[in-house]
Amino acid sequence: MSCAIHAVELVYRYPNGHPALVGIDLHVRHGERVAVLGPNGAGKTTLMLHLNGLMTGSGALEVAGVDVGPKTLPELRRRVGLVFQDPDDQLFMPTVEEDVAFGPLNMGLEPDAARARVSEALGAVRMEAAAERAPHQLSMGERRRVAIATVLAMRPSLLVLDEPSANLDPRARRELLEVLTRIDRTMLVTTHDLPLAAELCERAVILARGRVVADGACREILGNEELLRANDLELPAGFDLDRVALRPRPAAVIEALRTPPLAAPAGFSS
Amino acid sequence: MGGLGNHSLELTGLAGDPASPVHRLDPRAKILGLVAVTLVAVSTPLEAWPVFGACALVLACVATAGRVSGRDVWRRVRFLLPLVLLAALFLPFVRSGGRTYDLGPLTAHQAGLEVFGAVAIKATIGTVSAVLLGATTTFPTVLRGLEAMRVPRLLVMIAAFMYRYLFVIVEETGRMRAALAARAYRPRTALHAGALGRVSTAMFLRTYARGERVYHAMLARGYHGRMPQLAPLVLRRPDVLFVALVLAAILPLRVATGVGA
Repeated sequence: MSCAIHAVELVYRYPNGHPALVGIDLHVRHGERVAVLGPNGAGKTTLMLHLNGLMTGSGALEVAGVDVGPKTLPELRRRVGLVFQDPDDQLFMPTVEEDVAFGPLNMGLEPDAARARVSEALGAVRMEAAAERAPHQLSMGERRRVAIATVLAMRPSLLVLDEPSANLDPRARRELLEVLTRIDRTMLVTTHDLPLAAELCERAVILARGRVVADGACREILGNEELLRANDLELPAGFDLDRVALRPRPAAVIEALRTPPLAAPAGFSS
Repeated sequence: MGGLGNHSLELTGLAGDPASPVHRLDPRAKILGLVAVTLVAVSTPLEAWPVFGACALVLACVATAGRVSGRDVWRRVRFLLPLVLLAALFLPFVRSGGRTYDLGPLTAHQAGLEVFGAVAIKATIGTVSAVLLGATTTFPTVLRGLEAMRVPRLLVMIAAFMYRYLFVIVEETGRMRAALAARAYRPRTALHAGALGRVSTAMFLRTYARGERVYHAMLARGYHGRMPQLAPLVLRRPDVLFVALVLAAILPLRVATGVGA
């Protein structure tokens, strides 16, 4: 199954006419981890919502092997896991277990199979013990991890995370990073947390005013002070990029990344 | 963000021993049994007082079996009961008949007092029933019970979202109040209430925006108009036995004392 993203000339205007995406061209390979950086209002969240068909602009968009359109929505949402910025938006069921089972049950799984998915997904984020608890009884870091479990339970091939480390204390952030490192999916992470991007992603894309203004190896982009400054981004004071190692990937992903880049499918001549 | 316990809503959780036979009953059995107690109490005239005794006895047995302490019951009842009784407080003074008692500028009547007494007893039994249901059953479980009892799905969903986001809204309101207080907002006259109006507006807008985001989150996980059910409820022998026992304790007595309130 292809887990790539192919976006060509993606344009979206808000109903009030304000342009949010002004021609996005983005190609992501299977297994890649891409950080989407950019100041507030650059269009990061809008792009993210497009990947799941929650917003539809003009231009061509293929995600995880599915042409985004009204007919493909159920399949698209099965393949693309969206983790929203505020876990309180994502966790809407009375208990963690019911919340994590929500996606699998919507996919038509039987309750027993759904329950197996719940324990698998909660295990992946180390939150097995929280199944019976209510979301409001969890800490922010725990809520975030459960929010990730809610989409892992659908076994998506692409995971899209919106500001995963926002509002987390250092310990919760570290735990989150450890959980994310072990997930062997293609990942798109929008974030202001540049050190997180440095540890997690090998590739970075800078979005500004609805456009991709830089796309390349994460280290090179984060090392380019001028580029960062021009886009209202900055590394924490005293941060030494050379002392941070990219976290190792699960073996399956490394294998997938060895294959040459996927050619853009027909109809995506960019 | 506030865990359990430091919440102003902590009284909404379980009380007693979560492993007790009452806690483990099917929510439908508890809803049926405790609603039956309430209905019987409400429909009983004051003269048939043994029925009230039977209702109280049933509630005491449920509390004991669930190991819900009197203190826990009292802590919850004292918030609810005054609200319920407030409406009946004027009865002794407007319903005339029988002996009269002079209380300064007011005159209480015997008939009114009797009606007030009946209302108070019924309200207490109803409130304690509800408190016991809440103390032995988590709110999500009550909702699942209601859904299984064919209460319209939409109503159950609204209640479920209300429960889920009540905590979020309480936290948000708390933060806004802190923000007001931090800028020396101390309302003294009605004119100062304007700020509260703006806070409510901000709360409404935030809640509305959240509603939209939650809906997006639901769609993103394949929501298509129906809330999925993880575990269908199954009625077992203890559940049936519980309802039968409760009804056996109060219904024959109620029937024997005649019909009508």
